[in-house]
Amino acid sequence: MTQIHSDTSQKEAQSKVKLSARNIFVDYGAEHVLKDVSIDIPEKTVTALIGPSGCGKSTFLRLFNRMNDHLEGFQRKGEILIDGEDIYHDQKHLEELRETVGMVFQKPNPFPKSIYENVAYGLRIRGVKDKKRLDQVVEESLIKAALFDEVKDHLKKNALSLSGGQQQRLCLARSLAVDPSILLMDEPASALDPISTAKIEELVEELKKKHTILIVTHNLQQARRVSDQTAFLYFGELVEYGNTEQVFTQPKEEQTAHYIGGRFG
Amino acid sequence: MNRITRSKIIDQLFKYFGILCTSIGLIMLAALLINVFSDGFGRLSIDFFTALPSRFPEKAGILTAWTGTLWIFGLTILIAIPLGVGAAIYLEEYTRKGFLSNVLEINIANLAGIPSIIYGILGLTIFVRTLRLGESVLSGALILSLLIMPIIVVSTREALRAVPKTIKEASLALGASQWQTIWHQVLPAAFPNILTGIILALSRAIGETAPLIMIGALTYVPFVAKSPLDEFTVLPIQIFNWISRPQAGFAINAAAGIIVLLGIVFVLNGIAVVIRQRARNKIKW
Amino acid sequence: MKQKTRLAEHVIKMILFLCALVTVLTTAGIIWVLFSESISFFQTVSLKEFLTDTEWTPLFTQKHFGILPLVSGTLLTTFIAILVALPVGLTIAIYLNEYASKRFRKVIKPVLEILAAVPTVVYGFFALVVMTPFLQKIIPDLPGFNALSPGIIMGIMIIPFVSSLSEDALFAVPQSLRDASYGMGATRLQTVFRVLLPAASSGIVSAVILAVSRAIGETMIVAIAAGQQPNLTFNPLESVETITTYIVQVSLGDVPHGSIEYQTIFAAGAMLFVLTLILNNISFQFNRRYRQKYE
Repeated sequence: MTQIHSDTSQKEAQSKVKLSARNIFVDYGAEHVLKDVSIDIPEKTVTALIGPSGCGKSTFLRLFNRMNDHLEGFQRKGEILIDGEDIYHDQKHLEELRETVGMVFQKPNPFPKSIYENVAYGLRIRGVKDKKRLDQVVEESLIKAALFDEVKDHLKKNALSLSGGQQQRLCLARSLAVDPSILLMDEPASALDPISTAKIEELVEELKKKHTILIVTHNLQQARRVSDQTAFLYFGELVEYGNTEQVFTQPKEEQTAHYIGGRFG
Repeated sequence: MNRITRSKIIDQLFKYFGILCTSIGLIMLAALLINVFSDGFGRLSIDFFTALPSRFPEKAGILTAWTGTLWIFGLTILIAIPLGVGAAIYLEEYTRKGFLSNVLEINIANLAGIPSIIYGILGLTIFVRTLRLGESVLSGALILSLLIMPIIVVSTREALRAVPKTIKEASLALGASQWQTIWHQVLPAAFPNILTGIILALSRAIGETAPLIMIGALTYVPFVAKSPLDEFTVLPIQIFNWISRPQAGFAINAAAGIIVLLGIVFVLNGIAVVIRQRARNKIKW
Repeated sequence: MKQKTRLAEHVIKMILFLCALVTVLTTAGIIWVLFSESISFFQTVSLKEFLTDTEWTPLFTQKHFGILPLVSGTLLTTFIAILVALPVGLTIAIYLNEYASKRFRKVIKPVLEILAAVPTVVYGFFALVVMTPFLQKIIPDLPGFNALSPGIIMGIMIIPFVSSLSEDALFAVPQSLRDASYGMGATRLQTVFRVLLPAASSGIVSAVILAVSRAIGETMIVAIAAGQQPNLTFNPLESVETITTYIVQVSLGDVPHGSIEYQTIFAAGAMLFVLTLILNNISFQFNRRYRQKYE
């Protein structure tokens, strides 16, 4: 299905391809979740994955950091490339892979530890003990996630005492602390109020300067606001993938038009 | 009287019957405690704790028994906790559903239902005779460890299962290895519940009598065990020994010993309940 | 560093696997120990004699090896225990689930659990020193050792097993079934007996069988209060010896290792093992059935 390529603007055409999926099939037991999906995602852009529930968007997203590997009955065919390298080639690179690919989940899932320890966790498991470096990274990451001002005076407080929106930004800071070049976001704002959602969206805008971002969302306006490219998945198939404006204003496929129209209409 | 009123009256009567049944257990427990205290409380004194066993009831004490119980308690902790928790982690976090995990699961459920005296027979043959550990503290602790291991495995697995999957995913997604995730996230989160299960299992081990009789812990031991390979006795066995004597004085000693044993068991159970309640109130996922 | 971590991961997984393996080795060890010694026993004593002879006197000069008196003693005390534990335990489960307030339940459940936490040697003492003298006031001819007193006490000990497992089974019955019954104007008790108990029956059967297995394997209460006289009887007022008591009796004595007397405890142990194993697995089957039904 390589015929579907990003209908890119000139600027994006020049930028390098960061992530690719090549003829991806995924089954859970007897269930076919993804069918022959191929896609190229340019570096330092935001790509939105949209589609109805159960269309396989989350499964597709979780292919890029191999989170599906832990699920019962997961089977995959096809390649996932990051900077041209197949990440499923070698089991050994799992931990390094996830250092490059950060993830923010649907529901905020801070560890039941202090705010500080949440952010420092990624470094600690890599054996960083230097207090100064930890302090510095924690601060920087919290700043990047626009949370620092709110929590700087009580970094020792339990993360579970934060509000939902703060928790989600903490989870973002936690991912940023290990400096991933790619960020996967699985409906990061679906459990949040509108103000927190707006904050997350602003952050996405800011973060794409440095990171390549893939975001799954149910919220079509959100997809339109934050993303450069949009991919529409329907029953496990990639129906349409292209420049966000184009997908929303002049979809090439009838199914896309239906979905978008139905949602807006 | 019409049909509906009658049904309602029967319903009320059943309610009182329910209260009665619920109290039967408590009444028995109260009767037991009152009896044991009235018989044995007067016998409790410093001497009772520091005296060796004796042919004369008024001179006999529980020094060897409580030190033996302490030995068994300590060694069982060292053996049973790593084994039980380790097995539970393996079964819960490392195996996938399939034939092997099914076999292990059924096996553990069966082990938990095997009468304790059978563990005694196993210990007598394997630890005491084949491995030549003798009728020692170590043999006793090994038997009790195997005996409570299924209990620890089952309760630990429940505790691990209660840790939200999202926490594990968050850790894995940050590049933590499976063991790092277990060690840094899953175990700390599950710790209070694991501990509760362990304490209840240990409280069971403290009260066990039959398997230790099998390995000869009833023989007269006039000294305090100094190493894991020494012979020993424990509180429940000392109590059993006194119960089987005809003189009334020994029945009083038995009651006094029971007060001590029940004290330990109730304290352990109380701690377990408190830990469980506090954990429940503290973490709200 | 990465290399080291990866090696550590493997080593840790291996160690955890070995821990899990201990459970399998325990089972294998039990089966091997019981059956290898039993085989030598059955080379001297025929299986037919073991299962049909009505006398058990291995420790006397005139030896008989019929397990029936021990089995009857075991079944008699177990039967008495279930006669106490089943109605009481089930009523408690129904009461707590359908009648009692949430708060009362929260307080009473840990208290009931204490009944299961009391060491069995303590129950044995209670049976011998309190229950038997009490029963003797009602039944003057009751001997000091009898099946009734330890049976009753054992029943009290297993009340929490019956009640908590039955409660789980009742709890698993969907609320919609209750609503349907109440919607037709049924009282609580009618709902319990006509709807809930049938719906929860496999769970309750599972609980009772597990309790039976527990009672069969119980040692100290009967060893202390039921006596040590093998006695083929179903009269609860007589002294009986259970399989477990016999094993204790032999290990208390001075029976030479390797003799036929010594081997009897393995044959008796194998009998006990097989009995409880069968019961436990029947119980698991029932348990699985109700879980599949409602989960």
